[in-house]
Amino acid sequence: MLLDVHGLKKGFPGSERQITVLDGVSLSLDAGEVVALTGESGSGKSTLLHIIAGLEPTDDGSVLFDGEDVCCMDDGGRAALRRSSIGIVFQQFNLIPSLNVRQNLVFHARLAGRAASVDLPALAASLGLADHLEKFPEDLSGGEQQRVAIGRAVASEPKLVMADEPTGNLDESTGQAVFDLLLALARRTGAALLIATHSMHLAKAADRRLHLSHGRLTE
Amino acid sequence: MIGTVLTALLSHWRRRPFQLATLLLGLSLATALWSGVQAINAEARKSYAEAASILGGGLSELVRTDGGVIPVKTYAALRKAGWLVSPLVDGWLSAEGGRVRLLGMDPFTIPQGTGIAAAVDPSLYPELIGTNGKLLANPATATRLPELKDRLRVIEDLTPNMVLADITTAQELLNLAGFSRLFLAPNQPLLRPGLASVAPKLAIKPPATANDLGRLTDSFHLNLTAFGLLSFAVGLAIVHGTVGLAFEQRRPVLRTLRALGVSARRIVLCLIAELLTLALVAGALGIVVGYLMATALLPDVAATLRGLYGATVNDALTLSPLWWLGGVGIACVGTAVAAANGLWRVARMPPLAPARPRAWIMASDRAMRWQAGGAAVCLAGALGAATVGGGLVSGFVLVGGFLTAAALFLPMILSSLIALMARWSSGPIGQWFWADTRQQLPGLSLALMALLLALAANVGVGTMVASFRATFAGWLDQRLVSDLYVTVEDEADIPALMAFLEDRSDAVLPIWHVDAEVMGAPAEIYGVVDHPIYAANWPLLSALPDTWRQLAAGTGALVNEQLARREEMSLGDRLPLPGGWTATVIGIYSDYGNPLGQVVLPLDALTRHYPDVDRSDFGILVPEQNRETLTAALTEEFGLPEDRITDQGAIKEFSLSVFERTFAVTAALNFLTLAVAGVAILTSLLTLASMRLPQLAPAWALGLTRTTLGKLEFIRALVLAALTFTFALPVGLVLAWMLLAIINVEAFGWRLPMHLFPLDWAVLGALSLGAAGLASIWPAYQLAKRPAADLNRVFSHER
Repeated sequence: MLLDVHGLKKGFPGSERQITVLDGVSLSLDAGEVVALTGESGSGKSTLLHIIAGLEPTDDGSVLFDGEDVCCMDDGGRAALRRSSIGIVFQQFNLIPSLNVRQNLVFHARLAGRAASVDLPALAASLGLADHLEKFPEDLSGGEQQRVAIGRAVASEPKLVMADEPTGNLDESTGQAVFDLLLALARRTGAALLIATHSMHLAKAADRRLHLSHGRLTE
Repeated sequence: MIGTVLTALLSHWRRRPFQLATLLLGLSLATALWSGVQAINAEARKSYAEAASILGGGLSELVRTDGGVIPVKTYAALRKAGWLVSPLVDGWLSAEGGRVRLLGMDPFTIPQGTGIAAAVDPSLYPELIGTNGKLLANPATATRLPELKDRLRVIEDLTPNMVLADITTAQELLNLAGFSRLFLAPNQPLLRPGLASVAPKLAIKPPATANDLGRLTDSFHLNLTAFGLLSFAVGLAIVHGTVGLAFEQRRPVLRTLRALGVSARRIVLCLIAELLTLALVAGALGIVVGYLMATALLPDVAATLRGLYGATVNDALTLSPLWWLGGVGIACVGTAVAAANGLWRVARMPPLAPARPRAWIMASDRAMRWQAGGAAVCLAGALGAATVGGGLVSGFVLVGGFLTAAALFLPMILSSLIALMARWSSGPIGQWFWADTRQQLPGLSLALMALLLALAANVGVGTMVASFRATFAGWLDQRLVSDLYVTVEDEADIPALMAFLEDRSDAVLPIWHVDAEVMGAPAEIYGVVDHPIYAANWPLLSALPDTWRQLAAGTGALVNEQLARREEMSLGDRLPLPGGWTATVIGIYSDYGNPLGQVVLPLDALTRHYPDVDRSDFGILVPEQNRETLTAALTEEFGLPEDRITDQGAIKEFSLSVFERTFAVTAALNFLTLAVAGVAILTSLLTLASMRLPQLAPAWALGLTRTTLGKLEFIRALVLAALTFTFALPVGLVLAWMLLAIINVEAFGWRLPMHLFPLDWAVLGALSLGAAGLASIWPAYQLAKRPAADLNRVFSHER
């Protein structure tokens, strides 16, 4: 088992009382498995992904990644985990605006020390970005920027790719294309994929679907 | 991995070369101004140490208690009695560009270990001795003495502005019959008679140190340091703004780096490495500019120190590696100070913190209130220091605290004024303009605070200098009562001179004096004859009734302001004078520009108490139409060279030129500080330009053209500069009062009346508007020519 989340709890202070976002969430993910995480806006999908990636602390529960508890790691340990084993695709793309497409694509792989194994021309071709390698993010459309973000995430050969509403900022057809690309690349590299989306249509393509509502996860 | 992170961080600057240039410019300017001032101070202090080592060399000396010349027979008596003493003649020669110090020594008896003995190679002694003996000077000093060029021997490493010679040569050139003082050899015979029995008029003076001159000139160097610090602070305002904004702009990148597996610690380390690199580059650039600036200003500073304190300072810079390291160090420290807040925020930033560059430039009212609270604390601290403490340092704490408080208050004052304007404006464009100006204020406040400091310093220092100039010119008119000034070559000529002038002038006024120690410090004692012109002109600040009659009757003495302040003397006090007698203080007069205490006695009292008085100077009252004829007649009759007969106008002109040169450095630093503030405004406006699109796009969408928006940007800069200047004016005037009433009194011992110069303010106001206008032209033009697509993109990002 690649990922084993158990009894995760997370709350945020509200104006009057504590708002519970995750209330004892448990899930597991095998290597190469594709899982869709659905739920309404504000249901806690992003929070769950951030906790798994070690970007946010949990109030209670455990996150075992490859047998190691992410919650017990220090900042350096969590950073090392993300660097070597997790690729993240954000809704807002989060590319580095001062680096061009070529540099953005290999950036995560360079951090992970795997830049040498990246076949950049092939990757760029598969992403439909072969003609845009020297461009900067501000010169690209939203769909193109998201494709760069996906390419960056998979180029580092992570064990797990997590995508947080990767199509949320895109129109329907572009969103579908980006989703298909993400799925195809994940399957090709053998990475597990945990994708948060509020689109039931996209979620149907996953191996498994999990629904988050009122802090609880249902299959 | 560090390399990869640094690539991402540094790529920010590659995409924003202007922002990088701004950062480097701000830091270089700050370093240049600071290290330039430090270079000047270091050179001056080095010269003082050299001069002190030559003059004393750590040996005690015997001097006349009344400040007079030591007769040869006294020296001979001491030697006969077993005292191991060596004579020294110390005086000044007229030279091009001021005076040069002449030291005459006796090569046969000079104790080894003195500065002079160390400076002169014994193999040169034969050349020094005898008729037409050689004089030793360094190359720069030698060129200033063309009349003596045949007798000069150039020695490369000799102290500047100093000439060494055999004692007889020095006596001949200075027309001196005795010795100025006697060096005491360190090991004296134990069984020698006491000094009082052999030479009762002599006393032992402890060794001179560099600190003696250092103390005298401390105020001048403190002044320069304060200006350097002000310029450094203004420069750092640019760095702080640029670095802080760069951190904020890069928040998304930092967040992405965290998400991709780079720890916060590593990011901070990379940012420190980046800043250190920038600081080293800017520091190197800054110390080169600082060196050039110091090289350009040093001759004026040297002239000032010569004129004000008689200090000999080299005209050329010889800097140690420590200075260069210090320059780079101050650049690194400045960067650390300017970036500390930004780094602290990055270190504490949660991995998912949103980027808020807009919020960064929008200070909340709460923050503004905190700032005003800080200003109040600074002001209270400054006033407390002024009330409780005393002295020059307290004065500077008061000035520093007051200026800091004024700068911190500025955003709140501007915000209130703009809110008032907004209430008065009725049209929609006006309302939008004032609201938008208020919103932009936090982003510009640092640059405007820098402008305020520069303007207030200009008004304050400008008013002080102009007040000084006005007072000084009036004072010269009063003090230079004679029409012609004559210095005789030989005192034996005096009876003939008096007889010659009897029918050719209205009056002859001897200006005889003796240098002496009064109440433990060097001073000058002058004698004056009883003549109504003194009563009509002498610049008395306070006096007992019937002063001049009392002076003529020999019942009192006049003292200069600096002596009265230093010894806290007032009218009616008894003044102890050399030779063990006292006189009543009957008047206190202004004596600007003189670092020494001064006493004026009736002439007969002077010559009675101090027989060795210097009698070579005379003032002559003569109608203007007869001056030229009399000058020619004096030259012909007594063979006096041109430089020994000076008319009042020439002395005034010379004195005023010395005055202007004295403040040339202040004027240059004033201008540079204003220039740095102008750069701060330019950089802030250009940096903000790209971030202001979300504010400008809605106005454009609602019908304002880009040209109109550009014009409004230009007007906004002018309005903010005008408001800042309006606030800077009273701040500057208070500063001027502090400089005149507190700093000058503590530093120099005299207080000047404050004059107001509205025309100068108008010029400065126009200059500040010009600087702000120039700084805003390019950003306004860029906005007017901005592609519509850029403004449209603001709306597309809102999806």
